[in-house]
Amino acid sequence: MNTIDLALTALTLGGFYALISIGLNLQYGVARILNLAYGELMMLAAFGTFWGFALLDFSPFVTLAVGAPIAFGFNYLLFRYLFRPLVRRAPNQGALEINAILSTFGLLFVLQGIALVLWGGSDRAYSYLAEPVEILGGVIGQNRLVALIAALLIAGVAFAFLEFTKIGRALRAISSNAGAAPLAGIDVERYSAYAFAVGGVLAGAAGALISSFINIHPAVGGEYTMKALIVITMGGIGNVAGGLAAGLALGLAETLCARFIDPGLVTAVNFGLFIAVLIARPQGLFGRAAR
Amino acid sequence: MTRRDAVPGLVILAVFAILAPAPLVVDDYVLSVLINIATYTALATAWAFFSGVTRYVSLAASAFFGVGTYSVAVLGEQSYLLALAVAAAIGAVLSLVVGLATLRLKGMYFVIFTFGLSGLIHEVVNWWEFNITETMGRYVFLDIGGDVIYLQLLTAATAITLLWWKRDHGRMGFALGTIGSDETVARQIGIDTTRIKLATFVASSVIMTLVGAILAPRWSYIDPTIAFNPNISFLTVVMALLGGARRYWGPVMGVVPLAVLSDYLSVTVPDYFSIALGACFLAVVFFIPEGIAIRLETAYMRSRQRVRTSLERRRA
Amino acid sequence: MTGMHLESVTRRFGGLIAVNAVDLDLYEGELLGLIGPNGSGKSTLLNMISGRLMPSSGRMALNGEDITREKAPARSRAGIAATFQMVHVPDVLTAEDNVAVAAMYGRKKLNVEPARRVARELLRRVHFSAPLDAPPGALTYFDQKRIELARALATEPDILLLDEWLAGLTPTELNEGIKLIRSLHRDEKLTIVLVEHVMAAIRELCDRVVVLSAGEIVAEGSADDCLSNPKVITVYLGDEDV
Repeated sequence: MNTIDLALTALTLGGFYALISIGLNLQYGVARILNLAYGELMMLAAFGTFWGFALLDFSPFVTLAVGAPIAFGFNYLLFRYLFRPLVRRAPNQGALEINAILSTFGLLFVLQGIALVLWGGSDRAYSYLAEPVEILGGVIGQNRLVALIAALLIAGVAFAFLEFTKIGRALRAISSNAGAAPLAGIDVERYSAYAFAVGGVLAGAAGALISSFINIHPAVGGEYTMKALIVITMGGIGNVAGGLAAGLALGLAETLCARFIDPGLVTAVNFGLFIAVLIARPQGLFGRAAR
Repeated sequence: MTRRDAVPGLVILAVFAILAPAPLVVDDYVLSVLINIATYTALATAWAFFSGVTRYVSLAASAFFGVGTYSVAVLGEQSYLLALAVAAAIGAVLSLVVGLATLRLKGMYFVIFTFGLSGLIHEVVNWWEFNITETMGRYVFLDIGGDVIYLQLLTAATAITLLWWKRDHGRMGFALGTIGSDETVARQIGIDTTRIKLATFVASSVIMTLVGAILAPRWSYIDPTIAFNPNISFLTVVMALLGGARRYWGPVMGVVPLAVLSDYLSVTVPDYFSIALGACFLAVVFFIPEGIAIRLETAYMRSRQRVRTSLERRRA
Repeated sequence: MTGMHLESVTRRFGGLIAVNAVDLDLYEGELLGLIGPNGSGKSTLLNMISGRLMPSSGRMALNGEDITREKAPARSRAGIAATFQMVHVPDVLTAEDNVAVAAMYGRKKLNVEPARRVARELLRRVHFSAPLDAPPGALTYFDQKRIELARALATEPDILLLDEWLAGLTPTELNEGIKLIRSLHRDEKLTIVLVEHVMAAIRELCDRVVVLSAGEIVAEGSADDCLSNPKVITVYLGDEDV
């Protein structure tokens, strides 16, 4: 494995982590729901893409296009009927956060359970663009390359949206100061619902993109939730740009660990980085929600 | 402590005395049900001992339980007592690391860390077994019968309940109540909140580790997947929440119905286990977030208040 | 005890400078008024003295000892007590127990029963008018403020920081509150810092007044001097209390 291969792997992982960090930043940074079932949203999308491919001959991109509005609707309803009542009932911010976390924990088991019942516990995989291709002296599977480009594109679009549009600015305003946002005429509840829904779409997109080169099974979501949580902590909660950078950093760290230390210790490296950030700079390497 | 205050403590001991001889009169099946209930009473009470009061939700019960179970799996045949001691030591060190990293920060970081902890330990143990000791799974042939294990678990559950009851009457109970309610106020009046949270978390985690260690002999074969079962974290939390995580007599009220229910579900509709329990969890968070204990307590206080007012009215 | 010394204390929040290189001396036994328009940094400065916030830069010394990096619990042990701008009275404890906890963890570290005795005495001292086992949620606003005050006193402080403690009171309550503060200052020999918008109280109580605007001190002196200072009036333009 030469340096270019390493770089490509690091970039693929990193781009992917960057993408999933934006979704979670929207769900937690804006809608204030620390969604422990985030990985399960990805898992469901991965399964959807698998079945789209197996039964309907859909490429992941077709499923992505078809699935995005479904994901939006599903997550919007989740927020509206599951989380919003909790938000309204909470006596204070602390209680809200805890109840939200707990309910997503319950949701995690429900979603995993549904997947288990529908599709069983064994691994599924499919082959799509699996042939390797040469890039700049390194070798990478076409599906991974395509997934990387798609991830970076989607992340870029999401980032531009948040940075340059009026709605995006409103979302960032809510993220950095939810108390003051109404003073600027922002309907926090409505925007939170949209932010949560879009976050779910991004999670689904990520799931659809990786589905072509991982083993899909109902329990696969948990590790991605953890990675997403670590990335947004490293980047600063609500800080989208920080999350992108942190995602790339994590991808690099994991690749180096797999190559030079041991592929079986990747989670340990994740946690090592996590602890380091918590001890040295808990507000994230780039600080909380970008101004 | 006044004599009236001492009553609950005596009641707890009395319950222990009544339940202890159960293995002499019940059959194996009922004994295994009792072991399950004792296990989760100990776990849920230990969990709530920290998380219920401080509102720092720990999702790491599986991690500590697993450490306990696996310690006995590895060391149990050399020396059972050594294995227990090592288990407790590892549990203490682990909880210290987690606590030092996260307890001085807001609760959210703690939740995240504990959420992933079981997976982390699982991976590390796997790696260790694969690369260093080159085994996969351990066979445990410890001749410790169900009745002894039951007694040990009952002792653990009683001990943590007594400890909590005692704490309620002392300065620590007040401090923790203030911390759980408003940590800023707690710090302003001189409470070293980080240190107290840390000590309580370590105590809670060590108990959970010991529960795992005590149960290990029930299995003849243990591998990391069996030891670090995520359902344990889940069940511990839902039972504590249902029963009431802010009173020492709360968790057990959630354990009994849910332990029976989960046993029943895992036998009759094992495929739907996750969905059913997940739905239960959501129902608890939505409809009884404070738990049965607080509900009962509030109802009792209200009826006492009604009696008081009606008596005053009659006197007037 | 020689008092507190703040040297070039600054506090930044991201790009916003809330307190800008403030030099301030707090003399033992004085009743200092800290006034200024909204957003002038008064509460931020007070929070840095109480340890609730850490300064971004600068030094703070208490009786010659550097306490800049000490957090709130340590400050409390050093003798600094504070009330909060938004009343924070945990509902899980009764009024009496709320105060008792402070006595358990204050400078004397009392046990439960002695602490409760101290709490009862202090609640009486601040003229708490409701039953001692009342849940705080059911109390009047002024009674909740009294709990806050009693709680701060229960830690046996040398320095008492009152963050708009007199805000939101009726004229009768205000009079009572002013009398209470004066008697505490006199009888318990406390050093008190009063952050207030109620100028009548400032005039009546304060030996010395410091005026903050946009994070900096713009005037210092007796209450009358400050309140008639044209600079101060400009800074407050539009404030109806002056």
